[in-house]
Amino acid sequence: MNSENLRRTALYQTHVDLGARIVPFAGWEMPLEYSGILDETKAVRTRAGIFDVSHMGRLYISGSDAASLLDWVVTAGAASLRLGRARYAMICNEAGGIIDDTVFYRLDDESYLLVCNAGNRNEVMALLDRWVQERFGGASVDDRTLSTAMIAFQGPEGAAGLDGLCGGSASGLRPFASAQCQVASRSALIGRTGYTGEDGFELIADACDAPAIWDTLMDAGGSPCGLGSRDVLRLEAGLALHGHDITPETTPIEAGLGRYVQLDKEFVGAEVLRRQSAEGTRRRLVGLVVEGKRIPREGYAVHGNGEAVGTITSGSISPSLDRNIALAYVLEGFSTPGQQVQVDIRGQMAEGVVTPLPFYSRKGGG
Amino acid sequence: MNPTDRKYSKDHEWVLMDGSSKGVVGITKFAQDHLGDVVYLDLPKVGTKLAQFDKLGEVESVKAVSDIFSPVSGEIVEVNESLSGSPELVNEDPFGQGWLVHIETSDPSELDSLLTAEQYEAFLSDLPS
Repeated sequence: MNSENLRRTALYQTHVDLGARIVPFAGWEMPLEYSGILDETKAVRTRAGIFDVSHMGRLYISGSDAASLLDWVVTAGAASLRLGRARYAMICNEAGGIIDDTVFYRLDDESYLLVCNAGNRNEVMALLDRWVQERFGGASVDDRTLSTAMIAFQGPEGAAGLDGLCGGSASGLRPFASAQCQVASRSALIGRTGYTGEDGFELIADACDAPAIWDTLMDAGGSPCGLGSRDVLRLEAGLALHGHDITPETTPIEAGLGRYVQLDKEFVGAEVLRRQSAEGTRRRLVGLVVEGKRIPREGYAVHGNGEAVGTITSGSISPSLDRNIALAYVLEGFSTPGQQVQVDIRGQMAEGVVTPLPFYSRKGGG
Repeated sequence: MNPTDRKYSKDHEWVLMDGSSKGVVGITKFAQDHLGDVVYLDLPKVGTKLAQFDKLGEVESVKAVSDIFSPVSGEIVEVNESLSGSPELVNEDPFGQGWLVHIETSDPSELDSLLTAEQYEAFLSDLPS
């Protein structure tokens, strides 16, 4: 495997020193696992885990047209977002298909941070540049992915652990709020966001400060966690993964993400999404709990009443629930919770049932 | 690190002969390392007859599912029942308690086509990382 063209995050050496299994992912050399996916999943559900998510794109959008540009490009409201808050949204094409999903933060009146998926960074950057050229000349976009690092600190003990490092300013943050803080004497933007279904934080700092912040978070009780456990955790939490559960060929309405679409504003793809929202769609993304020990995996066919009615887009064992779980697109008539289906697992049918998302909810959480 | 008392296949299985025509089959430490956490094994029933390198079963880890191939021809005479409740034994002790099946071999000369521990390690070191 040619690894010459792969990028390394500021934490690469840290991962190697910790004995991580490193794999290529979206153009980066990333840690897949350290102690093991099941062990890391449990650490996040019961204590706290640390993830290097520096491969994700960090695009800073500023200027008098920053809010207008974002409002035109993302499905959720940007101008209406209060300072110091963040929102989940999607970026769609004209057909309503999902180019990427994102969490964007309002840092100041005319300043936003848009976090996008690693594999879509260049496309999102090109799209933003195009709209700056064509319509929003008062905005500028600065890709700081390579000069910064991003670390997720997730789990029930995350807030207390991080409080001890930043003078107590972590637990005061509401979900999807953010603030600029000092962590281990280094400046970091802390957002109460994540991709695990646990309470948790994401920290963005200068790349050169990342190893020190990582070490401090480990000292505060965090277990290093890789992309493998991140994938299990997000699936348990019913969170879609771009490139798998959501793609340019699927829309937010089909994916059941309509609550992140502000239909009464104008943005790219709005017309299609308004129509789909009113008229319904042929297929829907649903959660499935699947019987048996064999794991339902991406690409496996879903059957109902003896016919193919859909396809799995993500699947895994759920260590937190001790069941096998999956996300799948199924025909609308088979998308109601409680619907019995069968999953073709390499030629053997396994019984499944459509299940409301998320599969896993943290205690006392939302 | 690979025991020298047994033979290896390029598919990362091992077979340990008991001195007669019966052998124990498992997967190597290298294989379980790459699979990660093993959560399920689909193994053949006692009495199943297999030719050398036939599919013996499937090992399912959190990340992926992989085929297991029989390093020798023969009939399955015992299956490791403890793996159904404790598949993690394959990770923890791949050369010992994590064994998969006992097989009554039908052609002992096949062992000559398999790798020694030393040859297997050389084979591993030539694999692209």
